[in-house]
Amino acid sequence: MEFFRIRRDIPFMRHALVFNIVSLLTFLAAVFFLVTRGLNFSIEFTGGTAVEATYVQTADLERLRGVVSGLGYGDVQVQNYGTSHDVIIRVPTKAGIDQKLVPSHVFEALCKAESGAVGTKTETTAKGESITRPSCDAGSAEPVVLKRSELVGPSVGDELMRNGAYAMISVVIGIMLYLAFRFEWKFSIAAIVANLHDVVIILGFFAAFQWEFSLSVLAGVLAVLGYSVNESVVIFDRIRETFRRFRKLTTMQVIDHAITSTISRTIITHFCTQMMVLSMLIFGGPTLHYFAMALTIGICFGIYSSVFVAAAIAMWLGVKREDLVHTGTKAAVDPNDPNAGAVV
Amino acid sequence: MNRYPVWKFVLMALAVLIGLLYTVPNLYGSAPAVQVSAASLTTKVGTDTAAQVEQLLAAASVKPDYVTFEGSTVHARFATTDTQIHARDVINAGLNAGADKDAPPYSVALNMVPRAPRWMASLHALPMYLGLDLRGGVHFLLQVDLKAALDKKIESLVTDTRTTLREKQLRAAVTRDGNAVTMVFHDAATATQAVGVLTDAFPTIQWTSTPDGADVHVRGVLKPAELIKAQDQAIKQNMTTLGNRVAGLGTSEPVIQQQGADRIVVELPGIQDTAKARELIGRTATLSIRMVDQTAAASADNPDDDVFPNSPDVARRNGPTTIVKKEVVASGDDLADAQPNFDSQSSAAIVKLQMNAKGARRMREVSSQNVGKLMSIVLFEKNKGQVISVATIQSELGENFQISGSFTSEEASELALLLRSGALAAPMEFIEETAIGPSLGADNIAKGLHSVAWGFVAILVFMCAYYLLFGVISTLSLGVNLLMLVAVLSLIQTTLTLPGIAAIALTLGMAIDANVLVNERIREELRAGSAPQTAISAGYERAWATILDSNITTLIAGLSLLMFGSGAVRGFAIVHCLGILTSMFSAVFFSRGLVNLWYGRQKKLKSILIGQVWKGGAQQPGNVPQPDDLEDGEAAAAAGKRPRVAR
Repeated sequence: MEFFRIRRDIPFMRHALVFNIVSLLTFLAAVFFLVTRGLNFSIEFTGGTAVEATYVQTADLERLRGVVSGLGYGDVQVQNYGTSHDVIIRVPTKAGIDQKLVPSHVFEALCKAESGAVGTKTETTAKGESITRPSCDAGSAEPVVLKRSELVGPSVGDELMRNGAYAMISVVIGIMLYLAFRFEWKFSIAAIVANLHDVVIILGFFAAFQWEFSLSVLAGVLAVLGYSVNESVVIFDRIRETFRRFRKLTTMQVIDHAITSTISRTIITHFCTQMMVLSMLIFGGPTLHYFAMALTIGICFGIYSSVFVAAAIAMWLGVKREDLVHTGTKAAVDPNDPNAGAVV
Repeated sequence: MNRYPVWKFVLMALAVLIGLLYTVPNLYGSAPAVQVSAASLTTKVGTDTAAQVEQLLAAASVKPDYVTFEGSTVHARFATTDTQIHARDVINAGLNAGADKDAPPYSVALNMVPRAPRWMASLHALPMYLGLDLRGGVHFLLQVDLKAALDKKIESLVTDTRTTLREKQLRAAVTRDGNAVTMVFHDAATATQAVGVLTDAFPTIQWTSTPDGADVHVRGVLKPAELIKAQDQAIKQNMTTLGNRVAGLGTSEPVIQQQGADRIVVELPGIQDTAKARELIGRTATLSIRMVDQTAAASADNPDDDVFPNSPDVARRNGPTTIVKKEVVASGDDLADAQPNFDSQSSAAIVKLQMNAKGARRMREVSSQNVGKLMSIVLFEKNKGQVISVATIQSELGENFQISGSFTSEEASELALLLRSGALAAPMEFIEETAIGPSLGADNIAKGLHSVAWGFVAILVFMCAYYLLFGVISTLSLGVNLLMLVAVLSLIQTTLTLPGIAAIALTLGMAIDANVLVNERIREELRAGSAPQTAISAGYERAWATILDSNITTLIAGLSLLMFGSGAVRGFAIVHCLGILTSMFSAVFFSRGLVNLWYGRQKKLKSILIGQVWKGGAQQPGNVPQPDDLEDGEAAAAAGKRPRVAR
């Protein structure tokens, strides 16, 4: 089986301008959404309380909203989480409310709405571990079970934001330094511009659809940043090699050749990675959903930007043979020698 | 050219073997067990307790797999949950016989321990520790108010400085200025003398004097190294106190860790009730120092007296109970510090106590009137008092005094720990708390495993179909990557969380890149007309530089996450970074070994199974159809003459 039967180099760079305009438009759209809508940060960043509960029956969100808003916590969000039986209730921090009591109060209210009473249950799991948990007893049944509660103080959020920004900056600087050292500063700028624009596009999606931006999404975004820089590195590596092997080609031809000869690995690798990510999207449940979503967007735009955008930027920055192939002793090699410039 | 020396094959075999050894414990799952831990600060759990548990079980003819003592708990493992519950009842009845039901000395709880064979554990082959999101439990993040701890220290320094100067009859106005102690002397000679005295008395303080007209200002600040040490000690003491408080809970493997400079993480698996856990963590054991009633009127019925049981150490010398006066001389709040030490003259073990100003005043008052009498220290836990020390007052006591007795050094350090246990060095605040139900944890494990498994299968099917034998080799080495990653994670005993599992999946998805690079390169070499053996060799060699480059950029991202991430992100980053490292080994070294093993010996290799290699149009640069792209004849010539690959 072979998918890619490319007879001759595809003249990608001839359309460089089109590619760059497309990516500029996407970028601007992403920025537009980021500015107008902003990111929907999870409570890890904003501080607040989240309570996750499972109902035996399908949860009636409208009714639940009524129940929870009766507690006077202000702008409370009630949503399904994963299945129609699971709900998540997010309560923002509000002055004058003791955050510590929010989870138990919310659960109490939920339990009362099912005409049950909150109690504490100690049970032994099948594996033989004893567990104590709050329970909602209504006769013999438990109409609602508390699955998870999370409470984040407001001070933690600021620090997370700051650390997230630091992590992003250090990734960018680290990668730029490495590429500048390994290749050339023009490549380093091209790669980082191309891939940062991916990051902005991912964030743009999260802003446009108001998907929840959590810590794990941030981790996914940064991982994908490192991953799609990979992509550019593979192509740059090939550009350098082509410069060495074929001395007569123009920069544009060299880039076209490098992209064409790596396109098959690019597609196959991304396809494999995407299969893994898809598996997370399908089987990973709500916790991994947005993480996998960020990766999916990152992978798709990663191909586009590192293949078409990074190389084009490098071209416009004026990458030359001399930047990559260190002339000197090798310059004396006979250009007609079939092995000229080949380096192992 | 495609041969490995024997040692490389040995290395491959070793990697797989070690990988298996350290991965396998994760597959055994867990077995029911009973955990015995100290429920009270004065209870000691040790090898004796383990022997006692064994005897109790033998007497009730319950057969455990084993009984061990490790850290501060005794575990007894059982085959089934039925024997486990029966054993719990037997042990509880035996150990806590005759004790108060509400405050038993031992906590006997149902628990889980790894089912893996014991010999594996002795090789440190243990399963990964599962994070709370995978097993359920509560998580707290506590912010330690170090500023308050420092305040306390500076406050006591001001008082101490005043006392020291007064003792030497050096007159000065001592005040506090932020985190410094300042004083003004009216002549230089006194100032110099004072600085000498103070430097001797407080070596941890940096004293500087600056003349101001006729006056001399002296300023003392904590040395920077001491400042860090003081903060560190405050955190450590808070952690010890927290450890004491959760010990009686009987939860398996409670985690108490420092996070960053001033935070403490507390994780308690098997508990979902945050309110109860918070109450427990916030509970303070309280101390009070009281005089022993040695008068004739001393009795349990005397309204001015209290009778408290003695701790095991005290009971050995003073009998089971002590009658003490109701009047409290000083409380735990007045106690600044307690440390085990040795007497400079007799070199006997002692406990040094340091009181704050208020406590010192009360001690001085009471002790001067009661020289030769007995003083006791009572520890209250869950509203139950226990006498942990009875000592004779030898002379008037002040701010610093010591308790001596016929202690062993161990007893002294235990007493000091007990005295400190009540107190937090710095106040703490809950800034984050999460409770995860056990069903959610099990659910998360299943979801994580399914993601990895199905993703892996999809990659396997695709790679095998597309690259045939080389696809099989690629997936084999991806499998080895997974094996080694899990082995390394188990070996360093990281906490596996759901983001960690996601990182495993993602790392595997990314690691296949290296194999794709190699395989594509080999195909390319074949397409260019190389002989199979040459193509394999050149393919691996040329792909290596690219693999290295691309892995380093990924690693840079991973390390940044590790540096700045906390909690979930950290778990993700550790797995991610380790996965990149193992993938370089497996995708390059290991897969090459397999290829060499298969093809290396065949001298006249005609073809290799790497899937179809389309030779319809050997891809060449400059082979662009548009003639205007060709600058001159040379490009066309280049198109006609295939550039050769150097080997």
